[in-house]
Amino acid sequence: MRVVVAMSGGVDSSVAASLLAEHGHEVIGLSMQLYDQRASPDAFGSCCSLDDLHDARRVAHAIGIPHYIVNFEEAFQRTVVRNFVDEYAAGRTPIPCAHCNADLKFASLVERATGLDAAAVATGHYARVDYDEEGGRYRLRRSVDREKDQTYFLFSLTQDQLARAMFPVGHLTKPEVRAHAERLNLAVAHKPDSHEICFVPDGDAAGFVERHLPDEPHDGAIVDATGREIGRHKGLHRYTVGQRKGLGLSTGSPMYVLRLEPDRQRLVVGSREELGGTTLTASSVNWISGAVPDAPTRVTARIRHRHQDAPATVEPIGSTRLSLTFDTPQIAITPGQAVVLYDGDDVVGGGWIDAT
Amino acid sequence: MLPCESVRIYLDHNATTPPLPEVVAVIADVLTGDFGNASSVHAFGQRAKARIDGARGSVASLIGADPNEVVFTAGGTEADNLALRGAAESLDAAGRRHLVTSGIEHEAVLNTVKALERRNWSVTILSVPPSGVLPPEALRAAMRPETSLVSVMHANNEVGTIQPIADLAAIAHENSAWFHTDAVQSAGKVPVDVKALGVDLLSLSAHKFGGPKGVGALWIRRGIRLVPQLTGGRQERNRRGGTENVSGIAGLGVAATIAREKLATSGAKIAALRDRFESGVLASVPGTAVNGERDARVPNTTNISFDGIDAESLLIALDLEGVAISTGSACSSGSLEPSHVLRAMGLPMSRTRNSLRFSLGPATTSAEIDFVLDVLPALVTKLRGLGRRVAVVR
Repeated sequence: MRVVVAMSGGVDSSVAASLLAEHGHEVIGLSMQLYDQRASPDAFGSCCSLDDLHDARRVAHAIGIPHYIVNFEEAFQRTVVRNFVDEYAAGRTPIPCAHCNADLKFASLVERATGLDAAAVATGHYARVDYDEEGGRYRLRRSVDREKDQTYFLFSLTQDQLARAMFPVGHLTKPEVRAHAERLNLAVAHKPDSHEICFVPDGDAAGFVERHLPDEPHDGAIVDATGREIGRHKGLHRYTVGQRKGLGLSTGSPMYVLRLEPDRQRLVVGSREELGGTTLTASSVNWISGAVPDAPTRVTARIRHRHQDAPATVEPIGSTRLSLTFDTPQIAITPGQAVVLYDGDDVVGGGWIDAT
Repeated sequence: MLPCESVRIYLDHNATTPPLPEVVAVIADVLTGDFGNASSVHAFGQRAKARIDGARGSVASLIGADPNEVVFTAGGTEADNLALRGAAESLDAAGRRHLVTSGIEHEAVLNTVKALERRNWSVTILSVPPSGVLPPEALRAAMRPETSLVSVMHANNEVGTIQPIADLAAIAHENSAWFHTDAVQSAGKVPVDVKALGVDLLSLSAHKFGGPKGVGALWIRRGIRLVPQLTGGRQERNRRGGTENVSGIAGLGVAATIAREKLATSGAKIAALRDRFESGVLASVPGTAVNGERDARVPNTTNISFDGIDAESLLIALDLEGVAISTGSACSSGSLEPSHVLRAMGLPMSRTRNSLRFSLGPATTSAEIDFVLDVLPALVTKLRGLGRRVAVVR
């Protein structure tokens, strides 16, 4: 079977490609160039993401598969980067990786794969996909390595996309993946995992937003829950719900960001107790099965990648929105993040948190 | 395993060419027999020096020049850099710091020009009509009293169009400006005569006509004084420091000799194949068009746009069928960018993304052309169907 593998240059997708090739598939490696990597014209140095593309190429050569770097700069700018900046400007805290998977990666790769007569698209995500004979549907399931599970970033996959998706490392633990990389003598076997946002390599998201939106206000009031001003902030895009550090407040007890109010350029803060919430609404909802539940449904729900999913009841609002009520208060429900719903290991669906 | 290992058709000769067997032989010969340093006084050095002198004569013959005016470099890019930076530094003192070039130049010229711009040179980059041929009047209109340097390529690498260099050089000279031409895509493919062209500086590269990579030459007309850009020993008569790449230079020399012998016959044969391929594509694939003027072109190149497809996808699909072609420019990662050449020719953005370059070589066969004409229509149809389906879904 001809399979397109999205190769990032990291150990996971490198092992994914290698395992598929070992299993006798005809593997074509594609690496996506997502943003402008030209160094400044007057100086040069090492560019980490360019190195990643070269790593992908080296791995492809080592395992003997054709490899192409495909240019998605324009689409990436138009969808992911634009959305990232707009979300901050709207007082939300976005997760660009989930938007990238949802709006760009899988749609584009499935299209490319079809054009190349490839039956499937594989990535190095920690997730599992299978076909449920009984329900006649593809299922998206958590990876065997619960610590590494990346289904939170994949909730928007459609049945069409799942039908073509392969996650070869989803059945493995991270140590097993590294062991495969060592066994195969891959140059990336000991490469550290990447954590930062790829287009903000210095980790300074606020600086990135300011370079793209120079007119964004840089000053406003910090108020408590009663509306009393207790300090000044340096631009709402610099804060996220649940943040404690960097508020510059001299109140006696620790204060946390409760919410951002972009209309009034206000930052509302309060105690840790006030940070807990039980309800949220979300939009751009995707139901993995393709069918909207016709009644309130019991699920467990995650509101951040690093959040332990908690029991909740979800109620669809039309086909693209939902409201959700947790059984117990959850800390820092943050607009712009995703809420992802599970039934045991199965992903039920998810959406983007609008309001709490 | 690579698919279609049985079929590998190479139609990317403007990127590089397979070295001729005679070239490979002379390189091996020099590396094994004449390994001396050409600057050494002893017999080993003398033999190496003789190799270089022989090659210098061959290159000079290829372009109708005096051997003493030929400086060997590490390729076309270095030759362009030496020409432009060396000239700019030399001309700096006189204070006429304006240079003119075209938007369809190779990046070796464009990025060097941009570097000069950051050193207080003012720069005019001329756009070119959709024909891909710069009209001399456009250059005339851009000339200013302080224009001291003009650089326009002889043949374009992406569309193959040949520029009216003699007319352009005459305009530069009316203004007592120096004229450089990047002849990397024409030397060895079509007759190049520095006197007929009337230029002052001319760059060429060995690997575009059967020679090895990493070696090229700059022809510097007697009387033009450049400031050396690679300082070091006194090689190349103080014009380019560094121990000579003797084997590579010898390879360039042999390639130049063979190119000169075959120029009269090979061009017409390649052009006939190219034309058959081109009309075959235009006839069998609807929504195709040739980019640039079709008459004034190097014989081996055609650049074709395919409506409704993404060039990158078609390139990959063809490679998986065993057919090697290219689009215009690759960026640092190796992924493809919209062609700056087609953009400078005023073509719409869509065409800068849906155009492919097919460049044939002396060894390209009729059967290979038939194979490509056979597989191409189905690939285009499939990619187009995809584009429509996705467009509807969105």
